[in-house]
Amino acid sequence: MHALLGPNGAGKTTTIRILATLIKPDGGAATVAGYDVVMQAREVRRAISLTGQYAAVDELLTGEENLLMMARLRHLDRGTAKRRTAELLERFALTDARRRRVATYSGGMRRRLDLALSLVCSPPVIFLDEPTTELDPRSRRAVWDAVRELARSGITILLTTQQLDEADELADRITVIDGGGVIAEGSADQLKAVVGNESAVLFFGELGMLDAAARVLREAADGPSVQADADRLVLRVGTDGDPRSVKRLLDLLERRELAPVRLELHRPSLAEAFLTLTGRRNERGPERSQG
Amino acid sequence: MTSTSSHSPLYWAINDSLTLIGRSSRQSMRRIDALITAAVLPLMMLLLFVYVFGGAIRVSGSYIDYVVPGIILLCAGFGSAATAVSVCQDMTSGAIDRFRSLPIVSSALLTGHVVASVLRNLVSTALVLGVALALGFRPHAGIAQWLGAVGILLAFMAAISWLAACFGLIARSPEAADAFSFVVMFVPYVSSAFVPTGTMPGVLRAFAAHQPVTPIIETVRGLMMGTSTGSHAAVALAWCLGGTIAGAALATLLYRRRTSQ
Repeated sequence: MHALLGPNGAGKTTTIRILATLIKPDGGAATVAGYDVVMQAREVRRAISLTGQYAAVDELLTGEENLLMMARLRHLDRGTAKRRTAELLERFALTDARRRRVATYSGGMRRRLDLALSLVCSPPVIFLDEPTTELDPRSRRAVWDAVRELARSGITILLTTQQLDEADELADRITVIDGGGVIAEGSADQLKAVVGNESAVLFFGELGMLDAAARVLREAADGPSVQADADRLVLRVGTDGDPRSVKRLLDLLERRELAPVRLELHRPSLAEAFLTLTGRRNERGPERSQG
Repeated sequence: MTSTSSHSPLYWAINDSLTLIGRSSRQSMRRIDALITAAVLPLMMLLLFVYVFGGAIRVSGSYIDYVVPGIILLCAGFGSAATAVSVCQDMTSGAIDRFRSLPIVSSALLTGHVVASVLRNLVSTALVLGVALALGFRPHAGIAQWLGAVGILLAFMAAISWLAACFGLIARSPEAADAFSFVVMFVPYVSSAFVPTGTMPGVLRAFAAHQPVTPIIETVRGLMMGTSTGSHAAVALAWCLGGTIAGAALATLLYRRRTSQ
């Protein structure tokens, strides 16, 4: 499972829409399940299933009718369609509500039905565009459980989300995008290392020392992530929160006579981490230089 | 993949269309308010014209026999125009993305809406006709004439439904799409639906005589009353078939354009 993480307007939905053959890219090429999204749109459509940002369920139909219709449109024969519908209703805990119109469903039930609709024909690739937006925490958990189970069954899932915890919870690999470009990519742990679950914030007296210290730390063998803020004369160094590794860090600088004037240990909130990665730390003023 | 692909593309095109006709029909059966409006409004018009205005309108024969074909046409047109709203709802909700990411024929969704619309209006038109018969409408049509009248009404519904679909594809919100029903509802007023066109002032009369609704009404009226339809039948058929073909072509084009943005 791969997650696309980014703020509003970053290009997540656009990416999904291109990959799902809904819009044509302005340039470049993309393949899904080995098919070109422009030249072989029909083949791509057979291999994918899209769950959009807003639950695309039919309010006037019942949950069961929604599933049966989708099964027929996926060209399953009547018997298979019925069986599959019953299976999916059971799996997404909608069996009791199957004869009710979707208009009476809660937000979480709609999302679950939406997911079930994506799974009617067990496609090899599924796109989930912000599957838990506007859900309460409990429904969110329920959707996560469903998504995790899908991933376990071997389906490739591309998920978009604005929430770091969601990507962390579900995805094997995460791509952070903003302004239409890729900012960072890696496993949840790798990204966390960049953002720093914890970081040591080192304050320096002058720019020369800051630069030198940054260089030293970047060249160090175990290479902690280092972010320099030249305006505030601050180095932000990722740590694992272990006091010994902070000590090692300080020892290293001490030996080079680059000891900082002050140290703060900082655990960024998830929101902060995300903002850091997308380069929008300073919302109040113009963007500062990245050092 | 579990889907069976042994059938021809045509088979799947028909299969997909049938599935989506089923969907649209179910939807319209469940939009109770819209269904009631589609039937009640023409019935009100019928009562209004027969009992309120009718006494003051001079036609050859009884007025109810004159006006019922007009009311039936109004009912068929008004009901078909509702297609604009349901098409627009699909286009503006997430539904369209899901349908488009399916490997189905792209025209199936519109076909579903249009066919369901024709079926729905057949029912409401039959209802209006039933009430008209109870109120004293006395048609003189044989089986062939009835079939002819139903045929021309079907073609009319199909034409209006396709045009409504075009409107639904252009409109940016279902509320805006609803405006189409008003257009369709008022056009029959300036025709021979309720009064003979001879009483209208020159410009209106010219418009009324040449707009498509007049020959269609005259044809339905002639068939139902067992009088001659003259050249109206050919003109009416040309308008209806032309409207259907042009509407379907334009709707397909608009659909492609709207969905390839």
